[in-house]
Amino acid sequence: MIAVELRKLLIRRRTWVSVLLLCLLPVVVAVFLSVTEIAPRPGEGPTLLSAVLGNGALYPAAALGIVLPFFLPIAVAVVAGEAIAGEAAVGTLRYLLVRPVGRTRLLIAKLVSVLAFTLVSVVAVAVTGYVAGVTLLGTATAATTTTLSGTSLTTADVAWRTGVMVLYIGWSMVGVAAVSLLLSTLTDSALAAALGGLAVLVTSTVLVALDAAGAVRDYLPTRYWLAWVDLFRDPVLWHDVNRGVLVQLAYVVVLLGAAWANFATRDVTS
Amino acid sequence: MSAEPVIATSQLTKRYGSVTAVDRIDLLVRQGDRYGFLGPNGSGKTTTVRMLLGLVFATSGTVELLGRPVPRQARSVLGQIGALVEEPAAYPHLSARANLRLLDAAGPPVGDGPAADRTGSRRTRRRRIDEALERVGLADVGRRPVRAYSLGMRQRLGLAAALVRTPRLLVLDEPTNGLDPRGIREVRDLLMTLNQAGTTVFLSSHLLAEVELFCTRVGVLDRGRLVAQDDLSALRGPTGRTVVRVDDGAAARALFGGRVAAARDGHLVLEGVTVAEATARLVREGIDVLEAVPERRTLEDTVLGLTS
Repeated sequence: MIAVELRKLLIRRRTWVSVLLLCLLPVVVAVFLSVTEIAPRPGEGPTLLSAVLGNGALYPAAALGIVLPFFLPIAVAVVAGEAIAGEAAVGTLRYLLVRPVGRTRLLIAKLVSVLAFTLVSVVAVAVTGYVAGVTLLGTATAATTTTLSGTSLTTADVAWRTGVMVLYIGWSMVGVAAVSLLLSTLTDSALAAALGGLAVLVTSTVLVALDAAGAVRDYLPTRYWLAWVDLFRDPVLWHDVNRGVLVQLAYVVVLLGAAWANFATRDVTS
Repeated sequence: MSAEPVIATSQLTKRYGSVTAVDRIDLLVRQGDRYGFLGPNGSGKTTTVRMLLGLVFATSGTVELLGRPVPRQARSVLGQIGALVEEPAAYPHLSARANLRLLDAAGPPVGDGPAADRTGSRRTRRRRIDEALERVGLADVGRRPVRAYSLGMRQRLGLAAALVRTPRLLVLDEPTNGLDPRGIREVRDLLMTLNQAGTTVFLSSHLLAEVELFCTRVGVLDRGRLVAQDDLSALRGPTGRTVVRVDDGAAARALFGGRVAAARDGHLVLEGVTVAEATARLVREGIDVLEAVPERRTLEDTVLGLTS
């Protein structure tokens, strides 16, 4: 069943169009940067962008920073929202269940396929970022890179930090996927599930920025999304990254548990 | 005929809040039956079908398919069942073959029985799919996406999907929906052939004529209750009246007087007179008898009488 779901994902044109669009934005930004050489002032604009003019090898990180706030979550929410609700809307859900595919098995297969999409997207953006960064912005002279703390990094250092960052951002997206997947088992409208997931995200983002919500801030799903920036400090500040992984884990476990409990016991009337 | 019923429900009930959609029904479908599940729209047919297939969970009561309880052991029996629930459904951007391949690959192979094509095994997949498409008349559809199909073609594809694993039981909800008269005939012939080869067919429909032409056994559902379940011949039993057609209607009327219950299109319906008596008296009076048969209820009369 997992193989079948992955196959469905791969033969779907929409999958590749969204990955392509995700990769396009950082390229466009890179073109503007390389043509104008106007960097956002430090502390303004997308994270890390100020640093990349000096070294294109940092651009994968910057590229993910660009798509992280909006594009990546939208793409993941759409794919996850489609998971069960999409099958229900087309009517294929009942035929899958009657084939028979166990409900738990179907949900797991859908989850794996959403994870695969997330990983492919994040890696594709990182790779595109690297290529665009190196070709358009050039690498730093002595193959060293400056961290946000002002010290130098070797290429190997940049590589593993970028790898961890890809995993961390991927894991953050699993949280988005879990919200939309739960909604996807609750409604027969894929659109509603995707939008619901985004609504949760926007709410969380607004509350994180709101001082009055300080009491709950540390427990909001998007609170530590940008913590991966700390991976590019020297030494790496692990505190927020670790907290982010744990908060995300709690959300993922609870939401997926709820999705399973609902889907395994509900009447399928679509 | 095997003793074990193919479908048996006991006091099967489904309530949605205060509405009872299906009310304590005891369905019994035997091996080899062509069972017609009749009922007006909204009588609970689809909810029942969905409970049979484990899609909707019963409020109370039990379902047994091929001797196994559903939904508890649904996984072990559903692979031997082909189903069409309400409309057929397929991924619109894929071809018929791609759809059938994905669906076949999604489920487990059925290990029951020696026949290689009863399983959902990968080895036989291509052949089984080609055969199913051939049977429903879609062998030449090629690579067009299902999006471009007519309603009738989609219906045929839905049937093909139900046939891919040579099921022991077919559960079909309105299978001739959207087909033209020729298509309806072809589907009926196909189901007849499958039935003769041993497939039990459970056909849910509101089309009385279709059920009357095809089925051997009928269950009638009305507002969630099973108001009749019997062989078709029993439901269409004689009414005890006699229908005659004669060359001189006026004379015959005069002859039978108060016994004439109705007269329509040159036919007289006689109350309390057997065919033999009617014929004898008419002949004695020199009235030519063109036709004399016992009146039978039509399925329509029976069902409309039962379902109010």
